[in-house]
Amino acid sequence: MLLDLAAVFLPLLGALVVGLFGRSLGDRASQLVTCAGVLAAAVASVLIFHDVALSGGDTHAWVLANWITSGDFKVNWGLKIDTLTAVMLVVVNGVSAMVHIYSIGYMSHDKGVPRFMAYLSLFTFFMLMLVTSDNLLQMFFGWEGVGLSSYLLINFWYEKASANSASIKAFLVNRVGDFGFMLGIFGCYLAFGSVQFDVMFQKAPDLMQSSFSFLGASVPTLTTLCLLLFVGAMGKSAQLGLHTWLPDAMEGPTPVSALIHAATMVTAGVFMVARLSPVFEFAPDALAVVAVVGALTAIVAASIGLTQFDIKRVIAYSTMSQLGYMFFALGMSAYPAAVFHLMTHAFFKSLLFLGAGSVIHALSGEQDMRKMGGIWRKIPFTYAYMWIGSLALAGIGIPGVMGMAGFYSKDIILESAFAAGMTHHQAFGVTAYVLGLIAAFMTAFYSWRLLLLTFHGTFRGDHHTLEHAHEAPWSMLGPLVPLALGAILAGKFGYDLFVGEAMAEFWRDSILTLSYFPPRETHLGVGTTIQFAHHVSDWVGLLPLVVALAGIFMAYVFYVWAPSLPGKCARGLGALYRLVFNKYYFDELYNAVFVRTAQRVGKALWTTGDDAIIDGYGPNGVAALAVRLSQRASALETGYVYHYAFAMVIGLAGFVTWFWFWA
Amino acid sequence: MSSSFPLLSVVTFLPLVGVLILLFLRGGDEAAWARRIALTTSLVTFVVSLGILCVFDPAVAGFQLMERFAWIPSFHIEYIKGVDGISVWFVLLATFLTPICILSGSVVTKRVKEFMIAFLVLETMMVGMFTALDMVLFYLFFEGVLIPMFLIVGVWGGAGRIYAAYKFFLYTFLGSVLMLVAIFAMVIHAGTTDMTAMMGGVFPDKMAMWLWLAFFASFAVKMPMWPFHTWLPYAHVEAPTAGSVILAGVLLKMGGYGMIRIAIQMLPDASAFFAPMVFALSVIAIIYTSLVALAQTDMKRLIAYSSVAHMGYVTLGIFSGNTQGMEGAVLVMISHGFVASALFLCIGVVYDRMHSREIARYGGMATNMPHYALVFMVFMLASVGLPGTSGFVGEFLSMQGVFLVSSWTAFLAATGVVLGAAYMLWLYRRIFYGPLDKDDVRAMPDLNAREYAMFVPLILMVLWLGIHPATFRDVFASSVHKITSDYQAQTTRGGEAP
Repeated sequence: MLLDLAAVFLPLLGALVVGLFGRSLGDRASQLVTCAGVLAAAVASVLIFHDVALSGGDTHAWVLANWITSGDFKVNWGLKIDTLTAVMLVVVNGVSAMVHIYSIGYMSHDKGVPRFMAYLSLFTFFMLMLVTSDNLLQMFFGWEGVGLSSYLLINFWYEKASANSASIKAFLVNRVGDFGFMLGIFGCYLAFGSVQFDVMFQKAPDLMQSSFSFLGASVPTLTTLCLLLFVGAMGKSAQLGLHTWLPDAMEGPTPVSALIHAATMVTAGVFMVARLSPVFEFAPDALAVVAVVGALTAIVAASIGLTQFDIKRVIAYSTMSQLGYMFFALGMSAYPAAVFHLMTHAFFKSLLFLGAGSVIHALSGEQDMRKMGGIWRKIPFTYAYMWIGSLALAGIGIPGVMGMAGFYSKDIILESAFAAGMTHHQAFGVTAYVLGLIAAFMTAFYSWRLLLLTFHGTFRGDHHTLEHAHEAPWSMLGPLVPLALGAILAGKFGYDLFVGEAMAEFWRDSILTLSYFPPRETHLGVGTTIQFAHHVSDWVGLLPLVVALAGIFMAYVFYVWAPSLPGKCARGLGALYRLVFNKYYFDELYNAVFVRTAQRVGKALWTTGDDAIIDGYGPNGVAALAVRLSQRASALETGYVYHYAFAMVIGLAGFVTWFWFWA
Repeated sequence: MSSSFPLLSVVTFLPLVGVLILLFLRGGDEAAWARRIALTTSLVTFVVSLGILCVFDPAVAGFQLMERFAWIPSFHIEYIKGVDGISVWFVLLATFLTPICILSGSVVTKRVKEFMIAFLVLETMMVGMFTALDMVLFYLFFEGVLIPMFLIVGVWGGAGRIYAAYKFFLYTFLGSVLMLVAIFAMVIHAGTTDMTAMMGGVFPDKMAMWLWLAFFASFAVKMPMWPFHTWLPYAHVEAPTAGSVILAGVLLKMGGYGMIRIAIQMLPDASAFFAPMVFALSVIAIIYTSLVALAQTDMKRLIAYSSVAHMGYVTLGIFSGNTQGMEGAVLVMISHGFVASALFLCIGVVYDRMHSREIARYGGMATNMPHYALVFMVFMLASVGLPGTSGFVGEFLSMQGVFLVSSWTAFLAATGVVLGAAYMLWLYRRIFYGPLDKDDVRAMPDLNAREYAMFVPLILMVLWLGIHPATFRDVFASSVHKITSDYQAQTTRGGEAP
């Protein structure tokens, strides 16, 4: 109990202390308090992981207090730590601790150190609340909380207008997702009578055939609920359609990008679907949608990544693309593969981001790769880290011997897709596999494009920047060591536990995957997607490696041997290049359709609706009418006695007549 | 449960003791003494009102602390007071916010004594209204509230106060006339003015429809509901800060309280009949006023429009007719009492320093007023309905309640979650972020002790209600349960979960 509380609440404690008293504590003490809090939480997480996931201990479940009760609706503040949560605890607290330490060096020249550290710790707390929840509503609490922290951190340099816009955009796009999430929660209460996970999971199988009335139509219950919740996941995990905030979020300091926009927060959507696997498994149509959205995101984001010049944006699109991989794994019911990739991705992507931060730090804030080049001798350690991260991201390895982290996790995802295509998800599986292969090629290409543009060739910026270029301090390089080790080893050593032999023993009931009969004549019996994935032909697993190597080769062709090629290609492709370079014009479209429309409608409703119509015919109209009537009435007051006498006679005659005939 | 000690009457009329003292106040430092006396009176009233919470038995669903004696026997008009779990919180909201208003009113320099008297009289009227269980008494207090409020806007208001006051009057007058007629009809039909005797569908169907419409007109103006809301932006903009606080914090709740007490409890069938109309108006209110708020350039007007949107969740919850919706509605009202009051106080902070409500006059204040920025951020987030703040719990429950009855309504209402965030974040950005490049803005000092004294209690309440709403909910749970189960028993279409 104490360990669990420490793992979740120490970061909150750090955030509160530094948030409220940071100014009086000073920079040094603020860094110490928050780093100590998160480090201790990380240690606790490792111990919990050992107990729950490795030693086969029971799920830790605690009810801390009542939160909302209303009639039958009852939700507690609770902690539920099973293997899935334990994995997330280690990832979140581990990466967060490294990012905290890295930030000491990275933010040393900033005037808002305590605020920054407090925000980081606050984010960590909300993320922990999200992953340890035992019900949908507390998950939503963490969900919105990380959204808030993300908003605050993107906007950390709040004097910059671009940071202001990016932070608001991030919050609002996420809110659009949360709109779906909330409707999903409402629907879950209607369908399950509870939003507690254990109740929902128990009742889900019975509801597979049921339907309910939603928006005037009778719709299948579980599919609808899963899709509504998935809209939330799309927002948080930047899936196609609700992704536009993620590249802009790079306005925040780089440690933020590494922690929030690569390793943890953006994976919340993946976690949510994995957590709800006992519900999603009974909604195959919803899973198909998840798979399609994931595969499209993987390839669209990777294609944009090919064309961008901002070093952080390239990595951001890469993150979005990798999240797409995770979602299509989820859609194929390969939840363990998705979480495995989530874990390895957390290592190598935060490594890449922090490495990029180190490059930016060295070049006095420069982020445009067109103004970099040839600096690997100046920052050799950073260069080495970036290589490790890129190798892991591209999924390079020697089959049968040893590979980087991504080699294992990406392979199992693609193999799962292929296996699903061969068995139950016929159409989607093979399509997803092919799209995944194309995305893998692009991934390798843009990763080496980044490496080559940044570190090789000749320096293209101004020489003052080059003279100032220096390797980062040890407080920044040190935290990268565990991340680099993870990027190298996590795949090799995680494979058996996450998706291999020890899988069932490792996950136990934290993830549910239904078994099914493959419809075709095979030698296999009943199994899950991942089990089938282990039996696909060898070329299925080798092809991703081949295309990745091809992508690296192409990058060398484009950026070392024939540097005039990229320009020629861009010109040759013309409109297509401009479409991709401008990110498929999503921002322009959304601005025109939603942002500007809302502003215009708001103004129109105000001036026309409120002022002209409601007030015009309401109070102002009535008042004007009263004035006009009283003017008419006063016009009758002529002052001539015979006028009044005449009126009296007429009136009297009228009354008499009325009484005479009707009374 | 009845008590021999007339606690409710004491709380109601205690502020008048302060008024009496103020009336005899003379001398040079009249203003300073007026402030002290008013603050003391309101604090004492608040402490005494806490006694209601202590004596109140949450397990009992009906009215408690009843006081009853013949008042005008020849007309069968009685003096009846009592509270249930819902009205307890409105009484406390009124007594909690009045001292804060008086604190914030200490920047008033014109006719200080009269200003304080107006607020104390207002407090009596508000508490009297929430504790009245006799139709005539209810009407007197309900309308009595208007007099001090009218004066506060009309005397201590800004440049356009006359137009604002007249608009306020026109709207409420229309509602009041209809309500008075309806009350006559009810009293004649029921043969008593006792409100508890009128509950549970004692009126014939057709009559109930007309009565419902008459009351609805009055309450819809008070809430205010679209399209009866256009008086509110004007009244808020022109009212002094303290006036806006009490207007948003308590006066708007009178409409919601009346809808529960009279529409739901006395006219259940008519309420069920008209519920779709209320849903439609509420959803329009949420979307329409949120969009209008997006276009505002005046801070107070923006928050005023946001109030209309938030009140949309109240009416939705009330007319969902189920436990979640009704409890959500009450929680939204309590939360909005803290949050909207606090936001108006926040605007007051800079208005006192710069004498401008124009958003464009500000910018970059996170740099020179970090504490103020943090305080504003907390209330902004509560207004946006971030889970963990008071704003979330009520709106979530009321939408949950509506979802059980009509998913379309809940769907449309939930768009307010996005729109609400849009206008609040956009407001916050324009005030606090960006470069600090205006000299007069840079010259402003951060919060002072008096301002802390106003904000700290409000922040605590916002977090308390957000993290552990059970403290509040447990008091009204059985009352709401009784109201909703009576309502569902009397109407053919209930809204409980299947």
